[in-house]
Amino acid sequence: MSELAPTVKPAIAHGMRLQFEAAQDAHVLLYPEGMVKLNGSAGAILSRCDGVRTLADIVADLERSYGATGLGADVSAFVALALERRWLELRE
Amino acid sequence: MSAELPVGHGLAAPNAALAPGTHDGRSPGPPLWLLLELTYRCPLHCVFCYNPTDFANTGAELATADWLRVLREARALGAVQLGLSGGEPLARDDLETIVAEAHALGFYINLITSGIGLNEARMRALKAAGLDHIQLSFQDSTRELNDFLSSTRTFELKSQVAALIRQHGYPMVLNVVLHRLNIDHVGEILEMAERMGAHYVELANTQYYGWAWLNREHLLPSRAQLERAEAVTRQFRERVGNRMQIYFVVPDYFETRPKACMSGLGSVFLAIAPDGTAMPCHAARMLPGLALPNVRDLDIRTIWYDSPAFNRFRGEDWMKEPCRSCPERSKDFGGCRCQAYLLTGDPDNADPVCDLSPYHERVTEAVARAELRAGTQGTAPGRALVFRDHRISIAVEPGDPARRG
Repeated sequence: MSELAPTVKPAIAHGMRLQFEAAQDAHVLLYPEGMVKLNGSAGAILSRCDGVRTLADIVADLERSYGATGLGADVSAFVALALERRWLELRE
Repeated sequence: MSAELPVGHGLAAPNAALAPGTHDGRSPGPPLWLLLELTYRCPLHCVFCYNPTDFANTGAELATADWLRVLREARALGAVQLGLSGGEPLARDDLETIVAEAHALGFYINLITSGIGLNEARMRALKAAGLDHIQLSFQDSTRELNDFLSSTRTFELKSQVAALIRQHGYPMVLNVVLHRLNIDHVGEILEMAERMGAHYVELANTQYYGWAWLNREHLLPSRAQLERAEAVTRQFRERVGNRMQIYFVVPDYFETRPKACMSGLGSVFLAIAPDGTAMPCHAARMLPGLALPNVRDLDIRTIWYDSPAFNRFRGEDWMKEPCRSCPERSKDFGGCRCQAYLLTGDPDNADPVCDLSPYHERVTEAVARAELRAGTQGTAPGRALVFRDHRISIAVEPGDPARRG
């Protein structure tokens, strides 16, 4: 499940929408009749999943933005989970 | 979506993730989920409709400008999920204007429709206006039963609309309300959904409010019917896998614990009726002694935070035993207030679906009557099936919307 290639390009799944909600001070993922309020790291990852950047690009960008290293495994595991929950889909 | 709590016409309450968890009654979170029932007009006459039976005696529909103001005020408080329902929302010719404003404000917009009135031109206009999602209702897999249960000839039309929804790039989301008269067709319903290329299918067992309450004795399935339908659904799921997501919602009456209705009234959900009446749940109009505010008189902030009606069931002070001392009260909030009222006459009682309720037998007795009628589907239980109808509705006395049977 977490063996995602670094070249995959995750995108917010069809019919879902990611947006920042000031009232909740959080990114939320909206879908029919539901909403997921995302924590900071989930919001940071999903907001970079635009179907253009590869998983490797996203990890590199996060490491740059947060001045961290070795985020690859965590980001990959979260992306895999989000794919399983159909929050994300992969673009070729 | 697995935590949804659909009521009647496929209308679902927000899932648990939506609840901000502020249930002390002193600091309610914002009304995250806004439902606009734009009109009670509807070309269908469904026997399981949750709309009030006296809908024809309610006030005039809000004007476009009123709906737009409601959207702005609710969005400013933090509302983000928007359901557009009715009646049939397509009966409003300003639906596109309402969608456009909602989209500009940042709402995620779901149209809950029978599909009647949705042609190519309106579909294009709604898409251009920013509509996010469409949920199409079907009454059955067969033309005969679909048309009988809605008292119209709509099956072919709905099938065309389903194709139109797909062509315009929307996920194909079907909602079928299940009950005694169609639950044995679950296999065929799922096959129909598969042929239509459905991505999501909600098999929502009827909940008994409004017209469905009037018709309860006709609509409540037997336990054997329910179990067969669940087994068929399981097998179908195994066959189609991830291609189609199926949500099977068990009817309340077969449970022993109540649903966490609306995540607690006044917690996250705000519904506005066609005449501007603001409600903490879309069936709340029936509750006695609840002076529901109207958006013509008050702004949404005042209604949500300050009105007695919206504060009435916040927190736990209103609860009676067995809820008051129950360890599960913070999980289910005592269940559905409307069901408590309909079945016990007192909206402060525990939802009698709960087997800890002293009135639980009123639920089990209704189920037992359904068991007795098992295998005699065609036999009318006393009163004839009542179709949702404007003329019948006019005759329902105001103040007795529930017509407790």
